[in-house]
Amino acid sequence: MHQFQIERFAPFDINGIDASFSNASLMMVAGAGLATLFMTQAMAPKAMVPGRAQVVAEGAYNFIHSMVRDASGAEGVKKFFPFVFTLFIFIFMANMLGMFPYFFTPTSQIVVTATLALIVFATVIIVGVTKNGFKFLKLFAPSGVPIYILWFVIIIEIISFFSRPLSHAVRLWANVFAGHVLLKVFASFVPMMAAAGFVGILGSILPLGMTVALYALEFLVAFLQAYVFALLTCIYLNDALHPGH
Amino acid sequence: MDAEAAKYIGAGLACLGMLGAAIGVGNIFGSFLEGAMRNPSAAQGQFGNLIFGFAVTEALGIFSLLIALLLLFVV
Repeated sequence: MHQFQIERFAPFDINGIDASFSNASLMMVAGAGLATLFMTQAMAPKAMVPGRAQVVAEGAYNFIHSMVRDASGAEGVKKFFPFVFTLFIFIFMANMLGMFPYFFTPTSQIVVTATLALIVFATVIIVGVTKNGFKFLKLFAPSGVPIYILWFVIIIEIISFFSRPLSHAVRLWANVFAGHVLLKVFASFVPMMAAAGFVGILGSILPLGMTVALYALEFLVAFLQAYVFALLTCIYLNDALHPGH
Repeated sequence: MDAEAAKYIGAGLACLGMLGAAIGVGNIFGSFLEGAMRNPSAAQGQFGNLIFGFAVTEALGIFSLLIALLLLFVV
């Protein structure tokens, strides 16, 4: 489909690795730039009684702050809040900018979401091993499990640990991708029906209304998936800090 | 039956996996509402748990969608 096609604006090649500046890169830079601009401008007055922009900026900050505190405790806030907040804002901006017609959605490419998920996965392993050493392996052996089923639980825990980056990446990608395909399918019903004459034009109101409703749903999904990604990041990072369950 | 047809049948069958995810996600939100109606003051604090359960359950449906898409476009 046309909306998922990569267009290379500035072809660039490093030893066979395609590092071109494409429309996907442009949207990611635009999302990050807009978010940075908004945050710095909104918080510039540092007013005691905040204006509208400052309320939005502080609201986003507080929202993620309380999420990180609930999911990974005070220690998690101290260590990972900037990381999680950046992740959330980046994915949120990418999803939201993608909702504009004719705009490219970076998160509809699995390479983008897989990179984000692998960053989180690597962070969990690095932080877990440096902080806990060999005790990090207790993550795979929950306490209080009877010894004769422990081997089975360990196998399940190892599988679930290594399928985390997969589900983490695929969840975001598939939701965004499937949502956009769904919109395209319903929108294409409108001209198809309208081509069938007067009755068809009247009938095409139905898929048009459905497209509008789905668009509203996609805005919810765009926010919710960014939130889910950030929340799961917190939960995984909490495992790295406290592997013993 | 040629391979092309089998591919499409397989993709359709893979989508049946989403049935389970649909039941699970419905169950989560239904149970949440049930609990929230009994004790509305405690409902606010459980939003994170609600979304976490939703995300973990939904992942399994997404896996079956992934298999369907792989069968359609990659294999």
